[in-house]
Amino acid sequence: MTAIALTGLRKRFAAGGTLALDDVSLEVRAGEIFGIVGRSGAGKSTLIRTVNLLERPDAGGISVLGQDMLALDDAGLRAARRGIGMVFQHFNLHTRRTVAENVAFPLEIAGLSRAGRRARVDEILPLVGLEGKRDAYPAQLSGGQKQRVGIARALASRPGLLLCDEATSALDPETTQEILSLVRGLRDRLDLTVLLITHEMGVVKAICDRVAVMEAGRIIEQGRVFDVFTRPEQPTTRHFVSEVVGHSVPATTIARLPEPGPGEVRQIAQVIFAGPNSTRAVVSEASRDFGIDINIVSGRIDEIAGEPFGVMALAAYGPREKIAASFDWMRGLGLTVTEIET
Amino acid sequence: MSWLTETMQDLLLEAFWETLIMVGAAAAIAVALGLPIALLLRVTDRDGLSPNPWVNRPLGLVVNAARSTPFIILMVAIIPFTRLVAGTSIGTGAAIVPLALAATAFLARLFENALHEVDKGVIEAARAMGATRLQIVTRVLVPEALPGIIAATTVALVSLVGFSAMAGAIGGGGLGDLGIRFGYQRFMPEVMATVVILLIVFVQGLQSLGDWLVRRVSHR
Repeated sequence: MTAIALTGLRKRFAAGGTLALDDVSLEVRAGEIFGIVGRSGAGKSTLIRTVNLLERPDAGGISVLGQDMLALDDAGLRAARRGIGMVFQHFNLHTRRTVAENVAFPLEIAGLSRAGRRARVDEILPLVGLEGKRDAYPAQLSGGQKQRVGIARALASRPGLLLCDEATSALDPETTQEILSLVRGLRDRLDLTVLLITHEMGVVKAICDRVAVMEAGRIIEQGRVFDVFTRPEQPTTRHFVSEVVGHSVPATTIARLPEPGPGEVRQIAQVIFAGPNSTRAVVSEASRDFGIDINIVSGRIDEIAGEPFGVMALAAYGPREKIAASFDWMRGLGLTVTEIET
Repeated sequence: MSWLTETMQDLLLEAFWETLIMVGAAAAIAVALGLPIALLLRVTDRDGLSPNPWVNRPLGLVVNAARSTPFIILMVAIIPFTRLVAGTSIGTGAAIVPLALAATAFLARLFENALHEVDKGVIEAARAMGATRLQIVTRVLVPEALPGIIAATTVALVSLVGFSAMAGAIGGGGLGDLGIRFGYQRFMPEVMATVVILLIVFVQGLQSLGDWLVRRVSHR
């Protein structure tokens, strides 16, 4: 089932300016955690904000939980927004309300009675591990605790969809992991669909099922997280993946590698092994069949959502065209080979 | 302390009472009128909840005009209006009208600034939750701006004490007027000094009260 269907979205902020959204179509399935990754200015923030119409697109269609958002009147839109929770990078909590009062705010807006609000707050605070902080003010909380309040508030009115706008970007790495596993746990328990945007591929790797990569207002690549990580197609995607997978070989290591002999070149490459050919003896086959020498510089096994994949850095020595042919052969086997300039 | 006769004590007490009335009444009116004006300015601003330059520009212009007129001139210039409202153009009651008007313009701007300081993110979060504009104004904008609103009111109260000294020009009385008439015109420096000290203590008290209130209501 589809939770969010965006079709042909276009948005330009200033007349004559660049397109923040350039014909973006996207489908998020019910129950999945879908990540949109991109550099700042790629349009991902605009995109997530169109889902609950904080930003109105110039053209395109938005269907959320089966509802055509653009066909709604003001009252209908407000009602629809109550079914969509949103979490923000800077938490956006009311400074003069306690934790419990912050969490109760969406219920207050919806006209729930005091007793009803209280009951719901009592129910939800333990879910985010804040039962001891109900009367604290946001200023007395750590960043991670503030975001827990933000999540509790977003979930107070039992939405089916949670939007996370860079929800962990203001947090340190350890707290980020805590918040991410909290979100994943809540998705499992509450049957949520989660759409998140981030500039950190680590976030995608940690919790997303599927991912879309955005650049200059377009989605340039999307798919299962495992596939995108192990077979990134676009240069931008490869760059994002390398942040997490780490393909850069330290300069000191390169300096210690033997220089190529006369008539030879040296080419360093990162190879990602995944899928059916990941158990083949690729290195020795390439060395034998193409008549080149291959030096394994580094190698490790990584894992995404329980699926293992191998990452290896190798230095190939031999005639330039033979090395190129061997890399093409590896690509033909479904491995991802990225040449690294030295 | 031969100058501090019983008559003089009564005069000081009466003058202090007049100052209190003028400042208190003018401030109360100014808060009541200034806050709606500030909200209207903020909401109709370019990045407000309902941007509307046709309301925002003229209103901003009127506020600025009132703010840029020197108080002593404003007081005299609006005498017909004062007569209309207060029934007379002289006395403490009449002085309240120009004081309230000046303070309203002053506070409208200060309140608008305080509303501007409210984190846009909190407003956006409320929008995302399906809040109406009215709910955003009454449950987010004003409560979040409350410390700033109280601080601005304190500033206005202190300014009003200063302005009220000029109310003597239309027979408004008050401590400032007493200082001018006795301390300056009748060469009684002791009276002048007493008035100044009283004013300093009064203003200090107002400021401390305001600061304390701000601390109480803000949770930053």
